[in-house]
Amino acid sequence: MFDTIAQQLIIGLTNGMVFALVALGYTMVYGILEFINFAHGDVFMLAAFLALTLVGALDVTQQTPPGTLAALLLGIVVACALFAGGLNYAIDRVVYRPLRRAPKLAPLVSAIGVSFILQNVGLFWGGSAMAVFGGGGQAAAPKAFPDILPQTNLAASLFGVETKLTLLPKDLLVMGASVVIMAALYGLVRHTKLGKAMRATAQDPNAARLMGIDVDKVVGATFLIGGALAGVAAVVYSLYINTIHYQMGYQNGLYAFTAAVVGGIGNIPGAVLGGLVLGLVRAFSDQFIGAQWQPAVLFGILIVILVFRPAGLLGSTAREKV
Amino acid sequence: MQRRTFFHTAATALALLATLGCGKKPVEVLVPGTEKPPELAAAPSSPAGGAPNVVKIVSSLPRTGSANAQTTTIVNGIKMAVEETGGKVGPFTVVYEDWDDASAKKGDWDPEVEAANADKAVNDPNVVAYLGTYNSGAAKIAMPILNKAALVMISPANTYTGLTKPGMGEPNEPAVYRPSGKVSYFRVVPADDIQGRAGAEWMQKMGGKTAYVLDDRGLYGKGIADVFEANAESYGVKVLGHEGMDPKAQEYRSLMTKIKALDPDFVFYGGTTQTNAGQIAKDIIAVGMRAKLMAPDGCREDAFINAAGQENVNGRAFITFGGVPPEQMVGKGKEFVDSYRAKYGGEPEAYAVYGYVAAKVALEVLGQVGSKDRETIRAAMEKYEAKGGALGSWKFDANGDTTLTTMSGSGVEAGKFKFAALLGGAVEAPAAGTAPAAGPAAP
Repeated sequence: MFDTIAQQLIIGLTNGMVFALVALGYTMVYGILEFINFAHGDVFMLAAFLALTLVGALDVTQQTPPGTLAALLLGIVVACALFAGGLNYAIDRVVYRPLRRAPKLAPLVSAIGVSFILQNVGLFWGGSAMAVFGGGGQAAAPKAFPDILPQTNLAASLFGVETKLTLLPKDLLVMGASVVIMAALYGLVRHTKLGKAMRATAQDPNAARLMGIDVDKVVGATFLIGGALAGVAAVVYSLYINTIHYQMGYQNGLYAFTAAVVGGIGNIPGAVLGGLVLGLVRAFSDQFIGAQWQPAVLFGILIVILVFRPAGLLGSTAREKV
Repeated sequence: MQRRTFFHTAATALALLATLGCGKKPVEVLVPGTEKPPELAAAPSSPAGGAPNVVKIVSSLPRTGSANAQTTTIVNGIKMAVEETGGKVGPFTVVYEDWDDASAKKGDWDPEVEAANADKAVNDPNVVAYLGTYNSGAAKIAMPILNKAALVMISPANTYTGLTKPGMGEPNEPAVYRPSGKVSYFRVVPADDIQGRAGAEWMQKMGGKTAYVLDDRGLYGKGIADVFEANAESYGVKVLGHEGMDPKAQEYRSLMTKIKALDPDFVFYGGTTQTNAGQIAKDIIAVGMRAKLMAPDGCREDAFINAAGQENVNGRAFITFGGVPPEQMVGKGKEFVDSYRAKYGGEPEAYAVYGYVAAKVALEVLGQVGSKDRETIRAAMEKYEAKGGALGSWKFDANGDTTLTTMSGSGVEAGKFKFAALLGGAVEAPAAGTAPAAGPAAP
């Protein structure tokens, strides 16, 4: 039983980290514009499709030697981050920016529209004739993302004792990558000039403009960084979950958005905390209550949290957003 | 919270638009050698009238979404049957139309589109047969609409028992689908009561002693999982647990970790490729379980192997299926498979032959009665008997079900389905003590 619980802890934490990674993009944009970018999940989805395309094109498999594998993976991460960041930036430039002064509902509805458009792009992409996509003809079916990381169980060597636990390199990758990215993002927002400009814009865009901050540039940078995070998250997610699907953006977007709200939307450590809460509740609800109750238990607990802390777990303590 | 409400309204509106926009694009297939009748374009809305010498057969199948690979081969099968007649049956020119009952929004069949299709068919006086649906849930919607109009519906793929068999589904089934009191829905594929039992039979043959049952909480998936569970014990398979799960979840590692502690021989999943069977296959391996996966015919498509990744299903996944798989067919069935390969250059998926036979039945009955009167056609359908066709010799029982009970099991080897066992042939000797699910439906 101890093993099972420890295993659920590992699963819950890793899943939570993945939700948190996606949540960061939502929370950043919300923090600055008070606008929910519903297309974020779909940008994440398209980045995962790019990752699978690259894996197929570069013929990355489990047999690839570790050195080459690491280099190729790094390349894929960079490509996906650039792609998703660029895409997110372009969406903002073309769709949201002209609506900046429109009533708040206008960009919101546009975001939903963009989300549908991106899903259809994913549907189209999924029908490509590559072998990794099932050779075409099954555009909408879930696609397997090959398990390319080593399958060695690290639990025994790491804890030094014989155990039934499974701890794969990819579990560590998810946690490691997430922690590094979040720390970097936190550092960026707290300790750089751009970060300062972002925080100023979040507090009051007009005042920020009066202080000589190019608000449009700051917002553009926010979308670029948020998108790039979605790109990295997509690669991490694909390596960990091993399935991608043109509708995955919706499901993950919902979870990530919820994580962001629970943690306190607009707050970076909050998004991480919210993601972890979600991941752990999910795992232990499956273990002790039953899989059919998972969504009910999960969202029930979230409602209770929000009733007692309407601003989210960390929402009220952090006065500055972003 | 205002924002969220607006989001939902907006999302619904957009979904509706998407449904209207891309949900149904009827593709008119005109059989070569026939001329397009001019009356078709402006068919009157009342069933009376229409072109006297034109009959239309329509199919309503999910053409958008992951079922597309399966439904494409069904449609190909239907086209073959129509073309074999040369586009002429009795005094009629036959036109076939391929309708979509899925919407891009759902990526799967959509109740609104299915209802619209059924209404459209009823209101088009030229339509004499409605081939479909693929999903049992969609059949529930179309059946009563078509039944009121006595329009014959023939399904090549529905397997939910409650659609036809009294006492095997909800208390009001199947009467609720037959407002006219007459049978107008027929299926050429054996139903889930036979398939669920075949799964238990096969598990016993493979030496399975324990199983954990999961389902996707859908009509098809839960139905088949329930039948499996009801029959398992009589085949010496102990069911360790039965749970429904969220078919849209990202992964199931937590659930599998819990099941791993029970160490079953098999995990039986009542679900389809669309309801994440591939992820289940993957996560069984990911948490290091030794259990094999058994799933019903909704997974017998290449998309399932692609979704799971073949390394996760080779020798580990076992799929039951109604009838004999294409590569095992003999006689007329083999002729069908051969000409299918020659014509379309690919392998027919499992349901292609049922699409072919469904269309064949409609055309033969039409030829016999030589009338467009829907009630006349419906009455003749009840008496239809297939003599040595692609599926052998069979007929419809009083519920509109095929009398065929042959099932087969396929494993996966090197990323391909491989026929493994013939099952359920001896239905005369079903397991005792499993009242509702045992035995073929008594007329």
